[in-house]
Amino acid sequence: MSVARFWRNQIHRYNLVGTHCKTCDSYYYPPRNVCPKCRRDGEIESHKFSGPGEIVTYTVIHTAAEGFEHQAPYVLGIVQLDEGPRFTSQIVCKPEDVHIGMKVKPVFRKLGEGGDRGMIYYGTKYIPA
Amino acid sequence: MRDVAIIGVKNTKFGEMWERSFRDIVVEAGVGAIEDSGVSGDRLDGMYVGNMSGGQFVEQEHIGALIADYSGLALDLHVPSTRVEAACASGGLAFRQAVMAVASGHEDIVMAAGVEKMTDVSSTGASSALAAAADREWEGIMGATFPGLYAMVARMHMHQYGTTSEQMAAVAVKNHKNGSMNPIAQYKNPITVDSVLNSIMVADPLHIFDCSPITDGAAAVVLAPADVAHEYTDTPIYIKATAQASDTIALHDRRDITTLDASVSAGKRAFEMAKMTPADIDLVEVHDCFTIAEICAIEDLGFAKKGEGGTMTEEGETAIGGKIAVNTSGGLKSCGHPVGATGIKQVVEVTQQLRGEAGGRQVDGAEVGMTHNVGGSGATAVVHILARER
Repeated sequence: MSVARFWRNQIHRYNLVGTHCKTCDSYYYPPRNVCPKCRRDGEIESHKFSGPGEIVTYTVIHTAAEGFEHQAPYVLGIVQLDEGPRFTSQIVCKPEDVHIGMKVKPVFRKLGEGGDRGMIYYGTKYIPA
Repeated sequence: MRDVAIIGVKNTKFGEMWERSFRDIVVEAGVGAIEDSGVSGDRLDGMYVGNMSGGQFVEQEHIGALIADYSGLALDLHVPSTRVEAACASGGLAFRQAVMAVASGHEDIVMAAGVEKMTDVSSTGASSALAAAADREWEGIMGATFPGLYAMVARMHMHQYGTTSEQMAAVAVKNHKNGSMNPIAQYKNPITVDSVLNSIMVADPLHIFDCSPITDGAAAVVLAPADVAHEYTDTPIYIKATAQASDTIALHDRRDITTLDASVSAGKRAFEMAKMTPADIDLVEVHDCFTIAEICAIEDLGFAKKGEGGTMTEEGETAIGGKIAVNTSGGLKSCGHPVGATGIKQVVEVTQQLRGEAGGRQVDGAEVGMTHNVGGSGATAVVHILARER
C-alpha cells in the first residue's frame, strides 16, 4: 500500500476514529461518509470509539496472506465495538484461547510492512480484556 | 423484453495448463461455442467477457478487445466486445449482460464468455490477486485471506447451528464424486471425509480440501432471441430468469455473518421472475468456493432451511439422484475455479444437463436448472434459471 493511501487513514487506524450519523444515531467503523440507513438525510460526524469490544467470529490463519508469513499461525477476528460497529482485526492471543463472545480491548501494534524498503504500517489490534 | 435462448456452449478443460496462454483458452471456448451453435461468427452482434483480474494474473487489461481480435472478430468485423468484472462473479455477470443485450432487442446473436489464467503467477501471487475481491483497506491490511474470511463464516455457522467439519467435508466428497464424471474437471479423483479432515489446515476450521483450487480455464455460450433459436439448434435452452444483487464489500458489515443476503435477494428475484419456487428446480450449480459456501448457498437459495444445509448434504439429499442435485459439474471444488470463467461454466453445465448431454453425471429428466455465482465473500450474487421449455 502506498504511503499516501496509508497516511490518509492514519488517524482512523491509530486512534479508532470512525463516524457517527446524527440522524439515526448509528456508528461506523471503518468510517463511512454516507449513512447506509439515511443516505442523503444522514448527518455524518467524526467519532472516536471507546475501544472495548467482543469477538463475533474468528479463524486461525495457517496459510498466511502475502507479507504475513512470519506471523503464521495468527488469529483473525471480527470485533464488535461497544457502540455497535463491526470490523476485522488481528487478535493477539494464543490460538487455543480465542472464542466467540470473548471480551477484547485495543492495542497499538505494527500491522505489517511494505517490503524491505517500504514503510511500516501501524494500527489497532485486539487483545483479551 | 424478448425471451432469450442459449444456442451454443463450450467449456475448455479446467486445470493447470502450462502450455496454453490466456488468449489460447478463451479463443478455444469462443470458437467451440460458435461451432456448437451453428451460427457463423460474422453474425455476432456483441461479446461480453467475464474476467476478474487479467491485470494481476497476466498483466493484461483491455481484455474485451484482445479476445475479439484473437477470435478473428476485430480486424474486419469490428464486433463490440465488453469486459465485465465482479471478482469471482464476473462470468455470471457477463452472461447477465449478454442476456439483457438480447432481451432488450439491441443485439441479436451475442456471445458471453469467461476466462481466467491463474497459474502464470505463483500461488502466493494468485492468492494476493484474489484478495482484491475483499476490502483491501480494511480486511486485507489485517492479514485476511479468502479462506480466512470463509473460515469466519464457517466458525459462526458451527457456533449457531451445530454444523460440523464432517458435514463440510461431505460437500467436498460429493463434488469430487461428481467431478470424477466430468471430462473437463481439474480433479477427477474421489476423496473421503477422512482425507478432507486429515488435509492441512489453511484457516481453521477450513482444511485445504475445503477450498477450491487455482485453475486455468475458459467457457463460452452463444445467445439468440428465443423466437429464432430453433433455426440454429434442436435443443435451445431458455433463460427464465436473470437476477443480481449487491451486499457490503466487507464480511464484517453483513447483517448476518452466516447468510449471504445478496444470494437471498438474487434468488428471490429470480424465482419471482420465473414464477417458480425451489421445488421446481431439478439441479443447481452453486458457488462452492469453500465447502461452507455451498452449505450457505443451498440455505440462502431456499433449498434447505437455515442451519440445515450441512445435515442435508451429509444425508445425500444434494447428490445426483437426491432431492436437489447440487454441483453436478463437480463445482468449483472439483471441476476447478478459474474465477472469471466459473459463472459461464455453470451455465454450460446446466445447459448440457437440460439437453441430456451430461453423460455419467446426468440428472434424469432434468427440466429446470439454476446457476448461482458469487463475488468475493458475498458482495455480489448472480442467479439464473434455465429451462427446456420456453
